[in-house]
Amino acid sequence: MISYAECSARERLALLLDPGSFHEWLPPIERITSPHLAQLGVPSAFDDGVAIGRATLDGHSVFVAAQEGAFMGGGVGEVHGAKLTGLLQRALRDRPAAVLLLAESGGVRLHEANAGLIAVSEVMRALLDVRAAGVPVIVLIGGANGCFGGMGIVARCADHIVMSDVGRLAMSGPEVIEASHGVDEFDSRDRALVWRTTGGKHRWITGDCDALVEDDVTAFREAAIAAIGAANPLTLEALEDEHVLLTGRLFALPADHADQDEALLLWRAIGVAVAEHVPAMSVEAVRALRIL
Amino acid sequence: MQWRSLVLQLFGPYHGMRAEDDFLQGEVMFDGAPLTVVGTTNHAPIGVRLALAQARVVLDTIAKHPGRPLLLLIDTQGQQLRRRDELLGINRAMAHLGTTIDLARRRGHRVIGLVYDQALSGGFITSGLIADACYALPEAEIRVMRIPAMARVTKLPEAMLTALSQSNPVFAPGVQNYVAMGGVRALWQGDLQAALRDALAHTPTEDLRARDGAERGGRRLAATVMQCVLDAA
Repeated sequence: MISYAECSARERLALLLDPGSFHEWLPPIERITSPHLAQLGVPSAFDDGVAIGRATLDGHSVFVAAQEGAFMGGGVGEVHGAKLTGLLQRALRDRPAAVLLLAESGGVRLHEANAGLIAVSEVMRALLDVRAAGVPVIVLIGGANGCFGGMGIVARCADHIVMSDVGRLAMSGPEVIEASHGVDEFDSRDRALVWRTTGGKHRWITGDCDALVEDDVTAFREAAIAAIGAANPLTLEALEDEHVLLTGRLFALPADHADQDEALLLWRAIGVAVAEHVPAMSVEAVRALRIL
Repeated sequence: MQWRSLVLQLFGPYHGMRAEDDFLQGEVMFDGAPLTVVGTTNHAPIGVRLALAQARVVLDTIAKHPGRPLLLLIDTQGQQLRRRDELLGINRAMAHLGTTIDLARRRGHRVIGLVYDQALSGGFITSGLIADACYALPEAEIRVMRIPAMARVTKLPEAMLTALSQSNPVFAPGVQNYVAMGGVRALWQGDLQAALRDALAHTPTEDLRARDGAERGGRRLAATVMQCVLDAA
């Protein structure tokens, strides 16, 4: 068993895809780097923190992108975002069996904030074009930096999400919320609370991810292979169903929670009787709890 | 600009728009044709509830009025920074709003975004930035984060960021920078009715923002990099 969380982006590609099949576009040797970081005197990366290319997965032709969390937390800058958008545009043209996005990102890279924000929205539109064309976009989340900010929204625009229990998927990071509204609102050092709020088990129970796996590269590979046929183009009916689900969830969580843990309240409201045991349960046991 | 003043200028005194707390909606007549207007005011933080409220209007428009144009009025301080919203999956609610707008576009609705006061990051990305195109009033503010906060997070000196923001649109708040980068298609100045009329008639349906950013010099690399990926051997 090899920890997915502890792998670099390139190690994940090497281990997840068919051996030797990854062919990179705009590889580091081409040195397509961020011009904005240099201007700030901040070190740049020769791939701007994301590797993209084509490969095979269990013999299927796939396009793939992997964000490197160790470089600026996987933050999306102008070049990084354009590589993702270009890959998705190419997928729309060439129609691979699937697009895999190994997401690990804090969202917009603040060092080039405006360009990053527009870039994330370009990724989103390009992704929805690919999804509408019937090519499944599969997002894998299990890196130490999680999948936050604009990339947390991008992930939820995709056809299918695979998460590990150590993975995190959300919008604003706990540190940002704590900085805005204080430690009583969100104690970012309370790891158990952070995972109950954003972690893989929570996202599985609520249906925010489609597969929950162990922190193991092979488990991610198997889940990705299983998802290749999972194209799920959006329709008005599907969005109406989504609206009902999200509205129901909003009202399922009581506004007055009288100091009870809100995650446990929500899980119980969804129908998980053993909510208080979830954090200590194995991945396999939590998988069996899924009701939605 | 206040939303009442804006809709008065756009649609006249009998506009029929209403505000419910921070949420705006209305079905207005413009040049003799109906238009759905939806948005927020009071620099609203966009949480799950407001994202769903906006998505509801978009879904109803798709279902009941095929092809009717949509105008998104944007005034937000960004996403709601609360643990409860994160627990409820605010990113999923935002994505839901974004995908409803995207579906409207695909089904032939023109979707125009207008930043009439303030737009920040999370509240903007699944509204104005996912419309066919986004416009702004000249006095509007668009930013990801204020420079002092940006200095804290990036650990770079505030004076350095302030100095750079004078020359590099990538860092600085400001609607002109978003125009230069292609994120805002144009500013609406003077006759707002003429600007809306022109937007409804001439807004492109494909995403031209990277190209615009290159032509305007505010975002020189994005379009080239995308093309390199398409052409790579």
